Amino acid sequence: MRLLTHNMLASNVKGVKNGYPLRIEATTVETKTADFNPEFLKRMFPKLEWKAFCEASAALGEKGLPAQVSPETLEDEEFLKAFHHSLLELHVEEGALICPETGRKFPVNKGIPNMLLNEDEC
Amino acid sequence: MWYLCYFMHRHLGFRREEVQALADAFGCGSELEWGLPHGGSPDSPFWYINLPSEEHARQIASRSCLVKGIYEVWGEGATLDEMLTACQSFPLEQKTKYFAPEIVFKICIESFGMKIPQKTQMEYIRKLDAKLPFEGKVDLKAPDHRFWLIQAVDPVKNCNVSAIVPPRWYFGREIATGDRSPMPNFELSNRRYIGPTSMDVELAVIMCNMVGARRGRVVYDPFTGTGSILVAAAHFQATTLGSDIDIRVLRDGKTNKAGEQVDVWGNFNQYGLEAPVGLLRFDAHRPPFRAGLEEFLDAIVCDPPYGVRAGGRKSGGRKAVPTPIPDGLREGHIPSTAPYGLPECLYDLLHFASLHLRVQGRLCFWLPCATEVYTETDIPSHPALRLCANSEQILTRRWSRRLITMEKLRPFDHSSPHEVPTIDCPALVAALEGEQENRHDQKASNERSLRDHVMKPDREAKPAKKIPMYRSKNV
Repeated sequence: MRLLTHNMLASNVKGVKNGYPLRIEATTVETKTADFNPEFLKRMFPKLEWKAFCEASAALGEKGLPAQVSPETLEDEEFLKAFHHSLLELHVEEGALICPETGRKFPVNKGIPNMLLNEDEC
Repeated sequence: MWYLCYFMHRHLGFRREEVQALADAFGCGSELEWGLPHGGSPDSPFWYINLPSEEHARQIASRSCLVKGIYEVWGEGATLDEMLTACQSFPLEQKTKYFAPEIVFKICIESFGMKIPQKTQMEYIRKLDAKLPFEGKVDLKAPDHRFWLIQAVDPVKNCNVSAIVPPRWYFGREIATGDRSPMPNFELSNRRYIGPTSMDVELAVIMCNMVGARRGRVVYDPFTGTGSILVAAAHFQATTLGSDIDIRVLRDGKTNKAGEQVDVWGNFNQYGLEAPVGLLRFDAHRPPFRAGLEEFLDAIVCDPPYGVRAGGRKSGGRKAVPTPIPDGLREGHIPSTAPYGLPECLYDLLHFASLHLRVQGRLCFWLPCATEVYTETDIPSHPALRLCANSEQILTRRWSRRLITMEKLRPFDHSSPHEVPTIDCPALVAALEGEQENRHDQKASNERSLRDHVMKPDREAKPAKKIPMYRSKNV
């Protein structure tokens, strides 16, 4: 699971009001290079929750992302490379995603988060 | 400019739709015009197409798996001589540069309806040579320009093709050819991990073309299974995202005959394709996306479960009040699931698409079709989605499936109570339920279920009486 995906996920257990962002507990993280496409990065940027993304990135050891991003920052090659790396090149292979409100763990195995709710959570 | 668009004689109801979708993706969709083939039958492969430029024709053909080629027609006629006369009348200024001595070219012969023996082909080339003053060099291996003599032959075998394609001759300059390379390259029989529901490569390519999947675009499949549709999207360099409720298919995969563990990630590795940006296990009925996340997908492609009672699953048990799970047993608990019938599944799919597709993003999915009771109102609809295409794949006399493509017209209107899908297909549901009933008697009857027809098509089966003979399987 890459951070682009993590940024979209929330805990939707019945009754939960603050199920976002999910905290990452990663036991295995891998780095794999991905196709660098600045247009894609600029297109996806408005769809991200930036603060949650920076926190997730820091949790995986990449702390260099700026808290504020202006239109100029989006044109800066250095920033785009770091953004690309955190967004698409870090893979959480094993671990869990944790609901901030209830502590419910969504396991991640072989890079696949298991978000399926139990029958009493629907 | 008008060109000849020579199609494959396959998937007849998908051909112009695929080209139109590609034209939309390449920015000339509103300018594209179709001209009926000679003889007037839409099932003929010899359509005429009007496109703004040769470059657009090349872009469209480069991704199409149903276009054989696009040609600038120099002449056509009912006989070879009539065609040659027409070629001589074709404006000189459009021909002369290709007659120049520096030109490196080749003349190709193509026939529809019957194979033309080599000797006869040489005769045709001699006649062409006599009438058209080519002075350049012939290179059969790597010519710069190809010219095609295409003959629609009155076939010897009686399959009624001549009813749709009267005998005719065409001569033209090749502008572009289609690309059928994904079919052998990605064929399912060589894929590491397939399942009974894996999508045929050709159809997966068509689906990706219908939604304009390309580099920089996000394509999502909510019923991923073995990832077969996403493999095609990844081939077109789209960023892919997949989910499924069945964790065994997604994560565990299986052990193949050689004893190796194979799974969905492995399918992308096999072809050196970029893996999906996420594979997730969740219920399409309750997606775990954060509130406020909207319009982030460029395309949704899927083959939803068709069943009514024995098809898809969603979260939540069958009981109205579920038995609480004891705390100690929570971890490792296998969630119980409830049946997820087709109407509910389609409702969720359209609602999800209307919320999460970007404007002009597209949804493309298969809809089962009980041919005897099908009406257009069976197609799901939504005020924010426009129906772009509806192509039928005939399976048996009683069953077909339709590839439905829809485009998001405008942002989701949160203030309107009418911003909901309309699903109205009671006869289809009844027919599917009838199917499910029959399955209990499977061993007794020879009747094959809809699922069997899709997953294991019977290639020797006689075609349905109602459809014309030239429409055999896959046509």
